[in-house]
Amino acid sequence: MKQVCFLAWQSLRFNRLQSVILIFGLAVALYLPLAVNGLVARYQAGLLQRAATTPLVAGGLGSRFDLVLHALYFRGRVPRLLKMADVDALRDTGYAQPIPLYARYTARRAPIVGTTLDYFTFRQLRLARGEQLLELGDCVLGAEAAAALDLAPGDRLMTDPENLFDIAGSYPVNLRVMGVLAPARSPDDGAVFVDLKTAWLIEGLAHGHSDITGTNADSSVVLSRNATNVTANAALVEFTAVTAENISSFHFHGDPADFPVSAVLPVAKDEKSAALLRGRYQGPEATVQILEARSVVEELLGFVFRIKRFFDANAALVAAATGLFLLLVVVLSLRLRRPEMDTMFRLGCARGLVARLVAAELAAIGLASAALALIGREITLALVSLW
Amino acid sequence: MIAIENLVFHYPRSTFTLRVPELAVADGEMVALAGPSGSGKTTLLHLLAGILLPDQGKIVVGDTQPPRLNDAGRRAFRIATLGLVFQDFQLLEYLDALENILLPYRINPALKLTGAVRERALQLARETGIDHRLAHRPGRLSQGEKQRTALCRALLTQPRCLLADEPTGNLDSAAKMRVLEVLFEQCARAQATLLMVTHDTGLLGRFDRAIHLAEVSR
Repeated sequence: MKQVCFLAWQSLRFNRLQSVILIFGLAVALYLPLAVNGLVARYQAGLLQRAATTPLVAGGLGSRFDLVLHALYFRGRVPRLLKMADVDALRDTGYAQPIPLYARYTARRAPIVGTTLDYFTFRQLRLARGEQLLELGDCVLGAEAAAALDLAPGDRLMTDPENLFDIAGSYPVNLRVMGVLAPARSPDDGAVFVDLKTAWLIEGLAHGHSDITGTNADSSVVLSRNATNVTANAALVEFTAVTAENISSFHFHGDPADFPVSAVLPVAKDEKSAALLRGRYQGPEATVQILEARSVVEELLGFVFRIKRFFDANAALVAAATGLFLLLVVVLSLRLRRPEMDTMFRLGCARGLVARLVAAELAAIGLASAALALIGREITLALVSLW
Repeated sequence: MIAIENLVFHYPRSTFTLRVPELAVADGEMVALAGPSGSGKTTLLHLLAGILLPDQGKIVVGDTQPPRLNDAGRRAFRIATLGLVFQDFQLLEYLDALENILLPYRINPALKLTGAVRERALQLARETGIDHRLAHRPGRLSQGEKQRTALCRALLTQPRCLLADEPTGNLDSAAKMRVLEVLFEQCARAQATLLMVTHDTGLLGRFDRAIHLAEVSR
């Protein structure tokens, strides 16, 4: 076998251009299905892992896919909003501890997730640097978000305006970065976490400005004043950052029970409580839907696998075509090498050895192609992970 | 010794038939096999080597009758007994000259490639004057160098009988003489029998004797 391998190697080396073309051609044909399968498997594992650690998701009526994707991955369309009163109602059932989420805004394209400190406990997120959320206007960054935005505790992060052309809309808020979370290898890594009240501040439900109720107030910004109400004009400057000096001026307008949340993670005490909670919200009059995240994700993966089957069929066709081309190449190559084979035979070589020589060359090409395809797959998966 | 009696051979779907009633070559004899194109010289060499099998008749090479052996036996016979030299050299393009010389040891599990074999290959290369070209592939060798490489390959297994099929047919006169000298010298040194096909009547006088195939096959 050593001699066969030596001759095969010499032949491949001599015909290096043909060998390299064959290896790359085969590698590409192998790489595509390998990479697609690897990506789908990783995507599936990531989705299922997140879903498995989030048994229940509650939200407004509408698309269950939107709700689960939003609550678990902070992606996709913002589902129909709930009110804080709905969160309180969930808590009042006694079956679960609700963790509200309000993930409607972004900061330099990173999703801002308004929530409570319970979320960090529930997701087992721990700080790598800095401190937890303390006051209004504070934020904590996921590890990837901190790296991508190049921010550290003590820095400032401006939220993105919801609509650049809506001059009556809410102002961007200059958030104070309090801490950076340790990598969790989950969507939390890419998020900017704020307290729920800070999320409402970004929404414009709360604001801070100079006092116009006192007698020393700047009269040029006051439109009207009566016993119960003071109306300011547009010249009144609202604070865009919460500081120690102006924090006392921030106040909310409206009933807190009406303040919005985009999803809720009800953390049930046990399976029975979870079942009872789901039962309570299954009637036709229910305005809140409670979903099992895993079943929704599995349903979503069903669509993905349907698409994957198309890729599999495509890959099978490509593999068959590549196999036929390879067969053609081998047949033509054997025809070209007939004199070489005849020489070997005349010199006393067994026909089996000639077959082993050809097989060794094909095996070397196949192994090199497979190795190249696997390396390509790993690089692709690594790049996708980084991305 | 080579002996042929009442040999008859024909190719399938061909009208050509080779008939050799009797032919004998003694051990160590250097014999030229002459004849017009298509008279069956190459066919006769292939029959002697066991590459082709006769329809009738007896072929003896040394103490072996190749047609009576099976395929593996004929291969073993070729390895053990014969050295083959071809007109078109039949060197492998992807091996350098040294590896072409060593080829019989690469493709025959019965032959072990040892340091002594390598030394013998180098010795043959020195004797035939191609030792400075051993690292070159056939594409970079002259016709004469290619044939000397092929000759070294045939002699490496120390055969008792050398069958050469017009080994000088593609060479210019200077290279032809050089190859012939090497051939005679090596065969004489190894006391090997030489049966060489040639068209060149000018060379016939240099052999112990010449056999005209057209005459013996009458």
